[in-house]
Amino acid sequence: MDLLNSLADGFSIALTWQNLGLALLGCFLGTIMGALPGLGPSNGVAILIPLAFTLGLGATPALILLTSVYYGAMYGGRISSILLNIPGDEPAMMTCLDGYPMARAGQAGQALAISGLASFVGSFLATWGLILLAPQLVKIALLFGPAEYFALFALAFMTLGGVSSTNQAKSAFAAALGLGLAMIGVDTQTGVPRFTFGEVHLYDGIDFLVAIVGLFALSEVFIFLEERHGSASAEGCKMEIGRLTPPWSMIKQCTPTMLRTSGLGFLAGVLPGAGASLGSFISYSMEKRLVDKEGTFGKGDPRGVAAPEAGNNAAAGGALVPMLALGVPGSGTTAVLLAVLLSLNITPGPLLFTQNPDVVWGLIAALFIANFMLLAMNIPMVGLFTRVLLVPPRILMPLVAMVSFVGIYGISGSSFDLLVMIGFGIMGWVLRKLDVPLVPIILGTLLGNAMESNLRRAVTIDNGDWFTLIDSPLSIGLWAVAIVGFVLPLIVGRVVRAKMHERGDAEGSISD
Amino acid sequence: MIKATRLTVAALLLGASALTASAEGFMPANPECIAPANPGGGWDFTCRQVGKSLQDQGLIDKTMQVSNLAGGGGGVAYAEVVNKRNDNNDLIVAASSATATRLAQGAYPGNTKDQVRWLASVGADYGVIAVAANSPITTLPELLEQIKTDPTTISVAGGSAVGGWDHLKVLIAANAYGVEDVRSVKYIAFDGGGEAVTQLLAGSVQAFTGDISEAKGFVDSGDIKVIAVLAPERLGGEFGKFPTAKEQGVDAIGANWRGFYAPGGMSDEAYAGWVEKIGALYASDEWKGIMEANGLAPLDLQGPAFEQFVSDSVAQIESISKEIGIIK
Repeated sequence: MDLLNSLADGFSIALTWQNLGLALLGCFLGTIMGALPGLGPSNGVAILIPLAFTLGLGATPALILLTSVYYGAMYGGRISSILLNIPGDEPAMMTCLDGYPMARAGQAGQALAISGLASFVGSFLATWGLILLAPQLVKIALLFGPAEYFALFALAFMTLGGVSSTNQAKSAFAAALGLGLAMIGVDTQTGVPRFTFGEVHLYDGIDFLVAIVGLFALSEVFIFLEERHGSASAEGCKMEIGRLTPPWSMIKQCTPTMLRTSGLGFLAGVLPGAGASLGSFISYSMEKRLVDKEGTFGKGDPRGVAAPEAGNNAAAGGALVPMLALGVPGSGTTAVLLAVLLSLNITPGPLLFTQNPDVVWGLIAALFIANFMLLAMNIPMVGLFTRVLLVPPRILMPLVAMVSFVGIYGISGSSFDLLVMIGFGIMGWVLRKLDVPLVPIILGTLLGNAMESNLRRAVTIDNGDWFTLIDSPLSIGLWAVAIVGFVLPLIVGRVVRAKMHERGDAEGSISD
Repeated sequence: MIKATRLTVAALLLGASALTASAEGFMPANPECIAPANPGGGWDFTCRQVGKSLQDQGLIDKTMQVSNLAGGGGGVAYAEVVNKRNDNNDLIVAASSATATRLAQGAYPGNTKDQVRWLASVGADYGVIAVAANSPITTLPELLEQIKTDPTTISVAGGSAVGGWDHLKVLIAANAYGVEDVRSVKYIAFDGGGEAVTQLLAGSVQAFTGDISEAKGFVDSGDIKVIAVLAPERLGGEFGKFPTAKEQGVDAIGANWRGFYAPGGMSDEAYAGWVEKIGALYASDEWKGIMEANGLAPLDLQGPAFEQFVSDSVAQIESISKEIGIIK
């Protein structure tokens, strides 16, 4: 069993005191960040990137820290959904629907426990999915030439606007903005600088880490500065948590739901650009259609808590598959992780599993470890995290600002990058005001160059023949999925959007 | 007791080496090496490895501080050295063929190669041209002949941008073989040698141009075959099995050298001191071991010889770049 051997190797890498400590730290910070409204997994990971770099961590420890944060945030998001009816991050939005009613009925503890369990099942199964599927995807990946890659990137962009955002036109705008930003720098196919205005700092293009920290973390600080008189968390402290162990009957009732939605969420995660919000949304709506015979969904049905939580955590694991095996992120957070990998000089893609097996298998083992840590943290110790929700933003936000500045300066040592970051922060603030989603911008900046280069490579290789783009069964298949993915939400999306608006989706600008 | 004695001996040895070192004349008070890229790349490696070895051998008495000043493919660091730190005697900067290529193509706006003093080289990575293991092509002349007769059938993949060093290497070879219009050679730029090799394996392209260190892993795995090394003679050790371009009748040499430059206003005494130190380092057995471990081939040039070498290669790249229309 090659697989089990590799996994055993992975555990031997992950089971060092340093890596265990990092996983624990990551899980803890991740859960807190997930629980804090507004700070989702992508911001959480983005904020901690500088920490990973300043600690001088190698590739594997850095990834272990950041993916623990990622998984942790996916767990943590549910806490504020259930207790405060404010989603800690967007994927946890669906958890509000049944979690908050349960909490009001004095079952907050049970809701937290069952959702914690569902999160565990979701990510546990997804991690197995990652192990079983990723090596297969690697074999498929060698079928990908420039033409197929271009089709794949087109797929990512075309499915992006779908359900995960409230407004497809705004997603398209954001993606176009990101693509535009990606054009800055020296064009690799001709060696000519574009949009650099003779500024040598721009020759390498915009550093995505700078863009991400500016767009997500700094704009969060600006939003806070603007709304510093608001206090949304006053209600939470009075909430009765209740008993923390769900009755067996509840677990039994939820088990089929968790298994189904884990599978569904995983698939949603594997599709590039769909992400965890989509996973939790489809999971909830499918379960509602499937098992809600008595119309209890939305009124505090535990299955309504278990479904989206299993779904979004499974999607988080699923999103790692295309990132590791193809170098194409499956969600906003994995887009951030991809940027980290690239800065660590590791190119994810078909050869990652053969060239850096220690990184991949160490990471996978760490995911299992993090998952058990999170289960332990999130059921008995959930009281601790509920208290963190009461940390006033006036203490939290200055910390976020400080970490952003120190971190970015620490990476590049250039004050020009700080200015760029502030620029992105302001842009992020304006775009959030306009309810434009930020994730497509990051995807655009990240994938834009690769998409353009692959288009031009494909056409050059075939001596200027554009039909090369639809020359293989694989690329035709990808184009078909892309077109369906683009058109379907236009029809289905109307229904979906109506529901999202019903929930008063205030955090719509950050998906995943 | 024994431990205490050992410590004393160690202290004495350290003291002694510090004394001998300072007796050599110039000694930088705060030695610093700028790596014009993020940690992890080739320039960063050059700075850190040389800094560590210099200190290990007592050639400098303080730890070399390595600053990463990324941006503009080295242009940010170049401008910083020229404009702000022009008379710093303690500073050296890592450089390579990429630096010379960008200088030749005017990719460092407003800067020329004469604004700094070129110190010495510490080794070179020779270029290779490779094809997939199952390719019908087995020699360099076969590949170049096919390019000459029908350039549209051969796509060459490399890890650098168009006009970058990987591209120029294949053009140098084509030029040497007698391909009239080198612009017809179809070069596909990928983000790094790894991605280019992947596409060679996937069958999207027919040939690969890169550095020997990039190709090594895939040669070991039996996926690609190296049809030519662009070195003056066969390399040592396990690389010795690859034929050179020269022995196949194509007189092309492409070396990605690594070395250092210093600020243009550095005093002659300091310049001579650094040249001597890096020269002494290069001659040491420790450095030979490091070169071998990292796939670096010998390139032993210091002081004026290195300045001449850089200026020759800038001129060569300039003329090819003009020919292919990268610069006017």
